[in-house]
Amino acid sequence: MAVIVPSRKGYAVNPLKSSAPLGAALAYLGIEGAVPLLHGSQGCTSFALVLSVRHFKEAIPLQTTAMDEVATILGGTDNLEEALVNLKTRMKPKFIGIASTALVETRGEDFEGDLKTILRRRSELDGTKVVFASTPDFHGALEDGWAKAVTAIIAALVEPRSPGADAFRQVNLLPGIHQTPADIEALRQLIESFDLHPVILPDLSGSLDGHVPDRYVSTSFGGTPLEAIAPMGRALHTIAIGEHMRAPALALRDKTGVPATLFPTLTGLEPCDRLVTLLSRLAGKPAPQALRRQRSQLVDSMLDSHFHFSGKRMAIAADPDLLYCLSMAVSGMGAEVVAAISSTANSPLLDRIPAERVIVGDLADFEDEARAAGAELLITHSHGRQAAARLGVPLMRAGFPIFDRLGAQHRLTVGYVGTRNLLYEIANIVQGEIHEPRPGDFSPSPRIIVEESGHVCETASAC
Amino acid sequence: MSDALKTKIADVFNEPGCAKNAAKGDKERKKGCSKPLTPGAAAGGCAFDGAKIALQPITDVVHLVHGPLACEGNGWDNRHAASSGPTLYRLGATTDLTETDIVMGNGEKRLYRAIKEILARYAPAAVFVYSTCVPALIGDDIEAVCKHAAAKFGTPVIPVNAPGFAGSKNLGNKLAGEALLDHVIGTMEPETSTPYDINVLGEYNLSGELWQVKPLFERLGIRLQACITGDARYRAVASAHRARVNMMVCSTALINVARKMEERWGIPYFEGSFYGIEDTSTALRTTARMLVERGAPADLLQRTEALVAEEETRAWDRIAPYRPKLTGKRVLLYTGGVKSWSVVSALKEMGMEVVGTSVRKSTAEDKERVKAIMGDDLHMVDSIPPRELYAQLKEAKADILLSGGRTQFIALKAKMPWVDINQERHHAFAGYDGMVELVRQISLSLFNPVWGDVRRPAPWERDDPVPAHTATSAA
Ligand code: SF4
Repeated sequence: MAVIVPSRKGYAVNPLKSSAPLGAALAYLGIEGAVPLLHGSQGCTSFALVLSVRHFKEAIPLQTTAMDEVATILGGTDNLEEALVNLKTRMKPKFIGIASTALVETRGEDFEGDLKTILRRRSELDGTKVVFASTPDFHGALEDGWAKAVTAIIAALVEPRSPGADAFRQVNLLPGIHQTPADIEALRQLIESFDLHPVILPDLSGSLDGHVPDRYVSTSFGGTPLEAIAPMGRALHTIAIGEHMRAPALALRDKTGVPATLFPTLTGLEPCDRLVTLLSRLAGKPAPQALRRQRSQLVDSMLDSHFHFSGKRMAIAADPDLLYCLSMAVSGMGAEVVAAISSTANSPLLDRIPAERVIVGDLADFEDEARAAGAELLITHSHGRQAAARLGVPLMRAGFPIFDRLGAQHRLTVGYVGTRNLLYEIANIVQGEIHEPRPGDFSPSPRIIVEESGHVCETASAC
Repeated sequence: MSDALKTKIADVFNEPGCAKNAAKGDKERKKGCSKPLTPGAAAGGCAFDGAKIALQPITDVVHLVHGPLACEGNGWDNRHAASSGPTLYRLGATTDLTETDIVMGNGEKRLYRAIKEILARYAPAAVFVYSTCVPALIGDDIEAVCKHAAAKFGTPVIPVNAPGFAGSKNLGNKLAGEALLDHVIGTMEPETSTPYDINVLGEYNLSGELWQVKPLFERLGIRLQACITGDARYRAVASAHRARVNMMVCSTALINVARKMEERWGIPYFEGSFYGIEDTSTALRTTARMLVERGAPADLLQRTEALVAEEETRAWDRIAPYRPKLTGKRVLLYTGGVKSWSVVSALKEMGMEVVGTSVRKSTAEDKERVKAIMGDDLHMVDSIPPRELYAQLKEAKADILLSGGRTQFIALKAKMPWVDINQERHHAFAGYDGMVELVRQISLSLFNPVWGDVRRPAPWERDDPVPAHTATSAA
């Protein structure tokens, strides 16, 4: 049981979290033909846009209601209305997802009521679905914004189950924001391998996977089709990933009666086994052969790589669910999580993180903790690079944003294959750091002997 | 918004030093420099963003953003303003206001505490405190907090009052300049002064560009008292009022600083650019001439001519080998940041054809120059909608796009070469060496074999599908 400690500082240095409206915008981008609209001043959108482009290396459609001071004081309904109409005429989206920012939330308005009025009044908006989520920057981080957007989509677009409807071999999948497009694609294939039909909400695997369409598209391209969202109620089951997806999963269950299972993480042998068991039961079929081989390969990779985890001191900083996922994965391989920093306190999972304590803080806390604990590997997003350079410790990039490495969207970390990839990636970074033993290493510090002994035999067999 | 800020904004909008502004009528001028934004069709950063861009390169201070997370959390450490020493400026510090702070009105207290803790932990030369929308809306008085903290702790604490919703990035640049004028420049004395001291305003040392031109000045014995603000130290900026000449780089972003420094300390200024060979030479010559006018020994002029002649020859010699390859290639130049004409003239020198250039941020004078260089104004556009830009590239109406990050993926998705010439770029293109580098990058990009490969149709898109039986036998 970890003790949860708030940061001692009265301010943040080197922020770990990105803002909630950005999380919501990313969720909206997982809908086909979407444009996310941040309700606030233009700067917030510009920062969010630049950051997302740096991460995904894609043009991202993201718009703003462009509130200035006068509009803020008088109320933002006019700007919201104008923005919706302009978006509709310029980009012809099928879906507009609105996320509020700190500015308009500080002023405070009846956004939902105003939106209803606007939609009633402006017939030119007919045919475009418009959804609103309240995501002020001063509350929570990416996960919270993402989850609120998904909840808002479910509330607005999913049809309640009609009593006569037949269950269909459909499984709903609600991925968390810590799933990459590659993760989502892998889960789709896994579900399909049981002859089940997945409906994924939101689905970044189509929209932000990096592809080259042969024409210009100004909205999101790919993503969950709107037609698939309304009938989510006919599924056999809903699978949600990450504690932050509990609220959307419950909203869907309450609206449709479809039972739901929440997986806190899908990285690691045990959680993957549970998922496979569930799918097998839902499908009434045994696991396919290919999957059995993947499991066996994962087991083998765990055996081969555990040397590099044993006793390694790792420091991790991330949003709560990713922190849980990564720390469970590495500690399950024998590593010690010597510093665990969470961006927010908004998760009941934090006290189950395998570390002595979890600090709710920023990357300065991360750096201090990692230094004090003598961490040998840092795991966080790209902004950890400054800390890594100062500490002289390698950094494995995980989370959002990753702007100084390519392929973040194609990194697979869930399922048997994804877990195997992740373990290899970490083990290789650790291996890459080990230097040739020198006499001085063996005295006077006894700690180095213990750590390096596993490595010596590994090198011998590997060479 | 406080009345003080309103007055400031009216003041910078009224800037008499700005050529564009001078050409406007009274009424037009009152409206300010920025067009009103269209909700749902706006792009670009806020005033806070602009202020941060202008001041962040001061390296030995902490930049503290007062507001909820988004302003700093989504935007810190995102540019390549380089430092030759201190790295303190890269710290992303924010008061990270929570709902409780806002509701309870604890913002000012939280800010004060943050300043105190930052001074204790990092011992910076100064702290710059940036206001953002939410604290401005709830009426936090950052000027008072800064004043109080500075008096109490004996370190300069500079309020930068440019909340995002006040306007555009450009306005933010100017408000940052005002903060320097009100609280920094003239507050310290330099250790030494020489008749060869200049300031460079509006150069941020992105990707180290300052270091491409600084040696040129140094070879002439010209000393950079302060670069405002690329690779700057607080002390240097604070004592910038002792320089003899101000060079204002490229844009009118800090025109208010240049003009007011002239007003207060009699420092004449000129507007110049380090983009392009001709421009670099002009900048060096103008600097030398103005220094001599202010009392520097006249031999500076001959020395400058000698240096210019030597450097120009050296640059052209290095560019010459690219000429045969680049002649006839068509360029689409789409940028607001770098003066279009200076790049256009360099490209023309290479025999390249400029098929279009955007002049959306240029002044009337700039437009005239582009017209003069290009021979007509047929290819000057204000802005091109993304869809059209894509179509133009896709239909191969240009061979390469030179632009900023915002349009990068339009070119790449059209499978067209692209070179980044905006502020987030990784290559330094200033001075003589910079122009050689730009030509080299254009050439590398145009002739990269990758284009041929990625444009090849997929097997299933070819007109002459392989007959089924050959496919089987080949496999
Ligand atoms: S618009 Fe306002 S709230 Fe948004 S980033 Fe700029 S200063 Fe911050």
